[in-house]
Amino acid sequence: MDFGFTTAAYVVAAVLFIFSLGGLSGQESAKRAVWYGIVGMALAVVATLLGPGAGLWLLSLVLIAAGGFIGMQLSQRVQMTQMPELVAAMHSLVGLAAVFVGLNAHIEIGRVAAAFASAELPFPQLDYGSLTGAAKDVASEFRGFAAIVAKKTGVEINILRVELVLGIWIGAVTFTGSVIAYAKLSGDSSLLPFSVDTAAKKLPGGHLLNIAAAALSVICLIWYLASGATLPLFLLTLAGLFIGYHLIMGIGGADMPVVVSMLNSYSGWAAAAIGFSLGNDLLIVVGALVGSSGAILSYIMCKAMNRSFVSVILGGFGGPAGEQMAVEGEQVAIDADGVAVALNEADSVIIIPGYGMAVAQAQTAVAELVKKLRAKGKNVRFAIHPVAGRLPGHMNVLLAEAKVPYDIVMEMDEINDDFPDTDVAIVIGSNDIVNPAAQDDPNSPIAGMPVLECWKAKQVFVSKRGQGTGYSGIENPLFFKDNTRMFYGDAKASLDSLLPKID
Amino acid sequence: MKIGTPKETFEGEARVAMTPASAKDLQKLGHECLIETGAGALAGFSDADYKDAGVKVVKTAAALFKEADTVAKVRAPSDAEMKKLRDGQTLISFFSPVADEAKMQAAAKKGTTVIAMEMIPRISRAQKMDALSSMANIAGYRAVIEAGNNFGRFFTGQITAAGKVPPAKVLVVGAGVAGLAAIGTSTSLGAITLAFDVRPEVAEQVESMGAEFVYLDFEEEQQDGAATGGYASVSSPEFREAQLAKFRELAPEVDIVITTALIPNREAPELWTEDMVKSMKPGSVIVDLAAEKGGNCKLTVADEKIVTDNGVTIIGYTDFPSRMATQASTLYATNIRHLMTDLTPEKDGVVVHDMEDDVIRGATIAYAKEVTFPPPPPKVTAIAAAPKKEAPKELTPEELRAKEVAEFKQQTRNQVTLLTVGAAALLLVGLVAPASFMQHFIVFVLSVFVGFQVIWGVAHSLHTPLMAVTNAISSIIILGALMQIGSGSWLVMILAAASVFMAGINIFGGFMVTRRMLAMFQKS
Repeated sequence: MDFGFTTAAYVVAAVLFIFSLGGLSGQESAKRAVWYGIVGMALAVVATLLGPGAGLWLLSLVLIAAGGFIGMQLSQRVQMTQMPELVAAMHSLVGLAAVFVGLNAHIEIGRVAAAFASAELPFPQLDYGSLTGAAKDVASEFRGFAAIVAKKTGVEINILRVELVLGIWIGAVTFTGSVIAYAKLSGDSSLLPFSVDTAAKKLPGGHLLNIAAAALSVICLIWYLASGATLPLFLLTLAGLFIGYHLIMGIGGADMPVVVSMLNSYSGWAAAAIGFSLGNDLLIVVGALVGSSGAILSYIMCKAMNRSFVSVILGGFGGPAGEQMAVEGEQVAIDADGVAVALNEADSVIIIPGYGMAVAQAQTAVAELVKKLRAKGKNVRFAIHPVAGRLPGHMNVLLAEAKVPYDIVMEMDEINDDFPDTDVAIVIGSNDIVNPAAQDDPNSPIAGMPVLECWKAKQVFVSKRGQGTGYSGIENPLFFKDNTRMFYGDAKASLDSLLPKID
Repeated sequence: MKIGTPKETFEGEARVAMTPASAKDLQKLGHECLIETGAGALAGFSDADYKDAGVKVVKTAAALFKEADTVAKVRAPSDAEMKKLRDGQTLISFFSPVADEAKMQAAAKKGTTVIAMEMIPRISRAQKMDALSSMANIAGYRAVIEAGNNFGRFFTGQITAAGKVPPAKVLVVGAGVAGLAAIGTSTSLGAITLAFDVRPEVAEQVESMGAEFVYLDFEEEQQDGAATGGYASVSSPEFREAQLAKFRELAPEVDIVITTALIPNREAPELWTEDMVKSMKPGSVIVDLAAEKGGNCKLTVADEKIVTDNGVTIIGYTDFPSRMATQASTLYATNIRHLMTDLTPEKDGVVVHDMEDDVIRGATIAYAKEVTFPPPPPKVTAIAAAPKKEAPKELTPEELRAKEVAEFKQQTRNQVTLLTVGAAALLLVGLVAPASFMQHFIVFVLSVFVGFQVIWGVAHSLHTPLMAVTNAISSIIILGALMQIGSGSWLVMILAAASVFMAGINIFGGFMVTRRMLAMFQKS
């Protein structure tokens, strides 16, 4: 097969990928969109296998099949609540693959250079397409990617090196970053040589270490361009790995949704950089699509939290000035009977789920409650804050798993004005996203962040494990309001005790 | 600190400012409670009840005024009581700073601190001490009961073996606390209830109580009720005309009219004119809750029930709360108790009169030998201002147009700037880089652009599937590995093989997970 076929297949695949992303604008079209993606990927792989440069078909197919088997097992076993971890873990694979492919490109350059040197020919050749005599013979010994490298001119080789360095570096950052993000999200660092928790941590030196590592990377890049040696590339990879580790360690658990989508974006850029070095347009196209989509997603989320993108990436809040308002009053507890009475009397109910619901696996109990209330003709809806949970749209996925119809699941902007007309608002395991301090207290670390104004409902019940603070570690005045009652306990256990009392 | 409650001396006043229950709570704050003998008798609380609650029963009012540091009562003090007040004493009662100005001056001169219950500001925090509201609530309820007492028919419509009874039609004028309470009572008795208020924003509250709001066909810049602390203000003559016309239209239809319209510190507005009364059906009832301030109907005689020549009963009682003395005393005593809670922040029986506190400052009309009325405007506004919502509507078409043009220009400027900068950057790259690179670069830039355009349209709820899909798609890196796996070098082959394997996991895992997620989304 020749180049024409491969290119044509790539064009089709690229269009399919664009459709695949664009199709996610609606729930129904999204189901079709996944198939576009799958077909696009299959087409791309087949075209590459048939196209120039590929070899060892059997090995490739076996490896894909083996990887595919593991992937399918994973995807079927994973709990919906573990989705964020899974996505983070998968990003690390893409990152590592990018590092390997980049290293390969370096090795190939080395091999080609060595071959030219042994034939006592200069490498790279001066002009493109003018491989003559001996040089042509040397070049013809190479297959695949190496053959392309052999034909490159000096400027092109330098550009190639910049590209592969970018690919390796971004890939390395993505790899360690994703591993740390996985550990933070799952709370499981047993596979790592160090322990990770959700708090933002930095090594002594903080941002200086990051800057130093970045500076080292730049120096290694220059060194590598000048020498083409392996050592600077190796150092650079280490620097990238360190930055990925340290950057994500410094970001608190509350910002993990942004981090995951940012890493998603990085894995795309890494793929695009590799695409440049391999001269593969499809890699570039898809890498750029993924990169830009991740970037926009991060941006949307930062906007939803009213946080500056830069300050999230660099870790830590932007340093609030002045003293925070002290919270007055006390938290008043209530038992399941009290909640049941209020729910039985209410006409309209809004449920605000948060990460606590995911942790307690309470989504089916919530769905059951909603079913019962709806059967009695009550108006029950869900209010989803853009950053509820640990992934954007995390709550929607969990509720969908529990078979909650998606047309009663509302976004913040759709439902925020309805709270004053609502009899009962139930907060299940969310905290910062319902914190009135964001509006009332200019000195609060979350001041200005849009929040769900559930306290405007006639009555608010907060299902919460204990009296602790939320992810951002600040006190929530909602819990002290006159119309708020605290329904302490594990969300699932609380709801299960509540369910039989609803009639 | 000793808190004492004397027997009310006002004719017909049955309420009492302290109940055995509230006394117990006051004692928890560290106060001692005193009561004049027989003070609670009319409200259904005997001296024995008070004694059981640990209250010291004092024989005479004089002794009580002498012993108590704080005197809590219902009505404003009589002249005799004014004489008994002394320096350093605190008086808590209803006390109109306008009507009883002379008494206020006298009290201030004496050095008595006066906290007037009707001056408690209408902010959320102070609702628990808002005695006007709790009394109005009772008045509204009682007004309907009194009306029913004087009305010869059922409230609810009935079809019985003995004939058909039409439902009573009740009109409530003024949907304040009393009005809303009257609406609630009237609808729960089964009457068809109409309600009117000059503040159109209360229509929602009226409808939520089950009554029908009477809308006027009148366009006017209404002053926002929030600006006046939730009370009605004086309306323009044109508005008044439209309102009266509407009432004239309704008068022959309605059986019971309950008027509750009051404007703070003013005569009650005349809303139900003589000709309306004349056009009403015989047997109809008017309850005028504004009788004390002159009445919303000019025929009303304060404290009396009269029957007009055409058989309309007009009730002008001013003591509705007192007619339900037990209930009213319980609520009023609780209001007082909440006020004392705020005055004793340490719960140690020591009264701290904090003039910085909005609520206490607002209610205090005499303090430290000075008259402290009127209070400065409270720091917290009563009701969050609503005008924000109205602002955009007021733009004229020209202004809208101008705004659109301005926005359009701004957008154009932004886009042109971005495009210029982008194009310049591309040109710079093009100057340096070779053609083979530029080809790929164009593809790259276009893809980024397409990506940006496409992703904005993705539904928020699908962000997690989006991430899973992009994750799956990003394993396109497998192409790079596939291109290298055929290389002659072993090292390259091994690394490439590892990459192919990892990308394989990612492709299948990512797509399968996305499908699983999407399969769950379903419509109800």
